[in-house]
Amino acid sequence: MSRENALVSAAWVEEHLDDDGIVLVEVDEDTTSYDGGHIKGAIKLDWTTELQDQVRRDFVNKQQFEALLSEKGVSNDDTVVLYGGNNNWFAAYAYWYFKLYGHENVKLLDGGRKKWELDGRELVQEVPTREKTSYTAKEQDHSIRAFRDEVVEAIGVKNLIDVRSPDEFAGRLMAPAHLPQEQAQRAGHIPTAGNVPWSKAANDDGTFKSDEELRQLYKDAGLDESKDTIAYCRIGERSSHTWFVLKELLGYENVKNYDGSWTEYGSLVGVPVVLGDEPGNA
Amino acid sequence: MCGATKGGVSLDGVDVAKEAIVQGVVTRSGEPVSPAYVRLLDRSGEFTAEVPTSATGQFRFFAAPGEWTLRVLAPQNDAVDRKVVATRGEIAELEIDLA
Repeated sequence: MSRENALVSAAWVEEHLDDDGIVLVEVDEDTTSYDGGHIKGAIKLDWTTELQDQVRRDFVNKQQFEALLSEKGVSNDDTVVLYGGNNNWFAAYAYWYFKLYGHENVKLLDGGRKKWELDGRELVQEVPTREKTSYTAKEQDHSIRAFRDEVVEAIGVKNLIDVRSPDEFAGRLMAPAHLPQEQAQRAGHIPTAGNVPWSKAANDDGTFKSDEELRQLYKDAGLDESKDTIAYCRIGERSSHTWFVLKELLGYENVKNYDGSWTEYGSLVGVPVVLGDEPGNA
Repeated sequence: MCGATKGGVSLDGVDVAKEAIVQGVVTRSGEPVSPAYVRLLDRSGEFTAEVPTSATGQFRFFAAPGEWTLRVLAPQNDAVDRKVVATRGEIAELEIDLA
């Protein structure tokens, strides 16, 4: 992958939003944000109710994903352009999710909803109607999804990148600071994990930094290019943002997102946890 | 903005005694600004969180106790920074006017 294949600019979207075969999709943490105004023609995906199983903690299965996209009017050969708030956290999560189920053409709008709003570009309230399709998903691609046992085994062996803020990494905060802090799990991070906050990969306006800056960022953080990499955060959405940078923009081969992330790891009985600003030892 | 409750958005269900809350409103010549984005930066200037302002220009963070910087981004405006101290069990209330 490369920047040209994975990322589109706001100007490009403005020019192509009426094209056949382009489907704009808004995905937000605040799922009401779409209703207040969205890019013309964009449909909405609710990550809490539509992308997650409503009983178990897991994703919707292949059949449910197929039913969802068919209902939304997305075809297998459509180019899906994702954008959202929170500097594209949840849009990057959805990007990773579409890749997990094998969708070919997915792109992320650079800067997401924030850049679009700060540029003063048009938002509309009209909800588009799309004809139903018959979408076929592939089996989940586990080469991009890490599970807990693999993460425990990766301590001291693979690159582990904790993309949360320094205060969450050190155990001083339990969640991003726009959320209440009281949580059941332990604070801290996985031993040997480097802390490269997702935000270091983005400019203030939410657009991604240049490939050169990004490569230097992870090099400075001690990323060993000869090793496989697992990124994690609190619930797997900010680490999707970093997974996108490493895999889709910089083209590193074996990069996985650990969607269980700290809310799973920090609740496991008996696993090692490190407090403080240093990565710690295996 | 007249008549709006301080903090605006309800804190029902949040144990305020356990949180170090920083909240406020972004205005331009006294009028609430939306959309605007408020970033919370830690003492080293590192990004910690960001929220869009509500329709009434309001924002809120659940910080850790200590010194923070708020950075406001709004259309047709340079970024505006403002320092704030968060204390557990208290609500630090700010009005940030872009003028």
